Amino acid sequence: MTAATRATTGASTSERPREVGRSYAAYHRPWWFRTFVSAEFLIIALLVLVWLIATTSVDNFSGPLTVRYLLMDIAPLMMIALPMTLVIITGQIDLSVASTMGLSSVLVGILHVQVGLSIPVAGLLAILVGVLCGVFNGFLVAYVKLPSLAVTIGTLALYRGIAVGLLGTTALTDFDQGWSDLATSSIGESRIPAIMIPVVILILAFAVLLHFTPFGRGLYDIGHNEQAAWFSGVNVARSQMTTFILTGSVSAAAGIFYTLRFGNSRGDNATGLELEVIAAVLLGGVLIFGGRGAIHGVLAGALLIGVLSSALRLEGVTVNVINIIIGLLLVVSVLAPTLVAGVQRLRSRLGGSSSAPGGSPPTTEPSEASSPAPRNSGPQNSTPHEKAPRATTH
Amino acid sequence: MSAETLSRQDRQSATTRAVRSILASRETAIVLVILAIIAVATAMNQSFLFSGQGWRDLLLTPSILMVMAVGSAVVIITRNVDLSVGSTLAITAYMSGRLFVDLPGTPIIVVVLLGILVGAVLGLINGALVAFGKVPALVVTLGTMYIYRGAVLTWAGSDRINASDMPREFLGLGTMQIVSIPLLTIVAVLVLIVAGYWLASTRSGREMYAIGSDPEAAKLYGLPTTKRVITAFILGGALAGLAGVMYAARYGTVSASAGLGWEFQAIGAAVIGGVAIFGGSGTVWGAAFGAILLMTINRVLPIVGIPDFWQRAVVGALIIGAIVLDRYLSVRRHRKLQEARDDA
Repeated sequence: MTAATRATTGASTSERPREVGRSYAAYHRPWWFRTFVSAEFLIIALLVLVWLIATTSVDNFSGPLTVRYLLMDIAPLMMIALPMTLVIITGQIDLSVASTMGLSSVLVGILHVQVGLSIPVAGLLAILVGVLCGVFNGFLVAYVKLPSLAVTIGTLALYRGIAVGLLGTTALTDFDQGWSDLATSSIGESRIPAIMIPVVILILAFAVLLHFTPFGRGLYDIGHNEQAAWFSGVNVARSQMTTFILTGSVSAAAGIFYTLRFGNSRGDNATGLELEVIAAVLLGGVLIFGGRGAIHGVLAGALLIGVLSSALRLEGVTVNVINIIIGLLLVVSVLAPTLVAGVQRLRSRLGGSSSAPGGSPPTTEPSEASSPAPRNSGPQNSTPHEKAPRATTH
Repeated sequence: MSAETLSRQDRQSATTRAVRSILASRETAIVLVILAIIAVATAMNQSFLFSGQGWRDLLLTPSILMVMAVGSAVVIITRNVDLSVGSTLAITAYMSGRLFVDLPGTPIIVVVLLGILVGAVLGLINGALVAFGKVPALVVTLGTMYIYRGAVLTWAGSDRINASDMPREFLGLGTMQIVSIPLLTIVAVLVLIVAGYWLASTRSGREMYAIGSDPEAAKLYGLPTTKRVITAFILGGALAGLAGVMYAARYGTVSASAGLGWEFQAIGAAVIGGVAIFGGSGTVWGAAFGAILLMTINRVLPIVGIPDFWQRAVVGALIIGAIVLDRYLSVRRHRKLQEARDDA
């Protein structure tokens, strides 16, 4: 799949020599342009816009309860979106996260309510099982080399099946009150729920891991080209395995929070959340084929979903319309690059025909392609290929 | 080298080769598994097979998923995927009920055709977005899955269509039997035969495989990839639409949550049936047998004493098992070919 896209973009770059590759930022642009005219900042701008509209025109949106519940509602989404970003950047996908969450919820319930273990012990065991779920996915994807889409559709059913099989239709609700209170408590007197402390720690950890470590940089390389990544010294299989272990363990942790917050443990907890997580990640500007994306965009994507649902709910709009809007946003967000490219192509075709009528493009292309740097900015851009690997993030 | 391989193959007679390929095929393996499961269940409980009700359910239960799995298989063969089929099913199922409520006396054939048509239009939207927008099918159909489901939720709200709202003849179709074979099963088998013939034996059908195994090569070769991909999505949508009408006729009650999660069931059935998730190989026969296997296991689990809560776990294990098996076979085949080449 990735090879195919690479080929199409390769073909289209011959028409638009400005873009050296599929996802390399156009380095002849000034830094502020690269930073602010990007998919991430588009979604952040949209988030700010929606937030402003909501605070000014939706009653009670700026009230203290709204922010509290908004953050608590999207905490699991934000948590799982972080490792999911890593998985998608390597060009894989993990559909089993919500099932892992359900399984961990059931395990916490059984271990705490039926076996009588304390919450920390039960939680640790549940996270351990989450790690095992990730190891299983990661082993099949990274070492057996199976397509992750098929594997995780399988484990989506398998993990959920184990969760439902363990508990049947019963729900365990008899949780330790202290822990339930802690899960729903706020930080001091503020309106920020306490769960945001671990969430923010996770966000920082994942931002550092993805953007500032060799491991994280390697994930982009894997997403671009697995073989090239391997030849440049990235341990492809181990990196992929790690990303799946991260999704498994974070999903399990999110499952524990979910269980404590609602005080119930059921086999069908968090059904369908995997698609919401993927929607948030893709909205945040992560390329589904891998190799492109950043944590701040994903956070904006998750928050956008949260703010939209919360504001619309306060406006009395039902959940189904929110679903439609999330779906439309998703479709538009993936369609936007194609539309922009189409408009650009149209414009360049119109412009090209007026300036150089009858000029044969193949002869002009190479010179243009090799010379954009000196023409546009400084000499530091004269070697775009050396810059390229660093250009993949920003 | 190829000439030598050919001559070596020629030494086997055509019939032994045909027999061998049938025996080695995924479809045969799944049919054998299904038969084994039915045998075990029947041994545990005679009425599973040898009662009117058991026989009918055995054939009737898989029919709706079969239709959907055939559509999903065609889409997957072109290296795409359609996650919105469950929502499409909900829309046409609810629409069928709604038509009988709002316009009493609507001929049944109109309802069926309208269901197929609406499904086809919804599929066309997916296909056009994928083919013209050059965006991955997984993302687009994830989006339209939300949109279509939201649409039917908005339309239906908490309303549900009950059996009493629908005409007796329509519901009769859901349980009607012709020579002891349920009508819905006949419909599913007809769909299967037509789609199977089209994919296996017509030019446009073969081109689906070509597109799925290498979209770029197919395009360079001059195949109408855009048109074929859209066709695949329209077919997938239309079959999901038909499945929706069948759902309404079979179950009699339709709410907005009909078909929730069926997209994964349909894809799972196709994968179990040997359709490679990255396109280019597999048959609709395999997908249909996969669907039969899934639904039959569903009903057999309680009989052999496993609570049916475990059904999804079994389904998941089956999907994983199927793709691991595929991988193993392809590695082995690759190694054999390599040995043959080294020997030559």
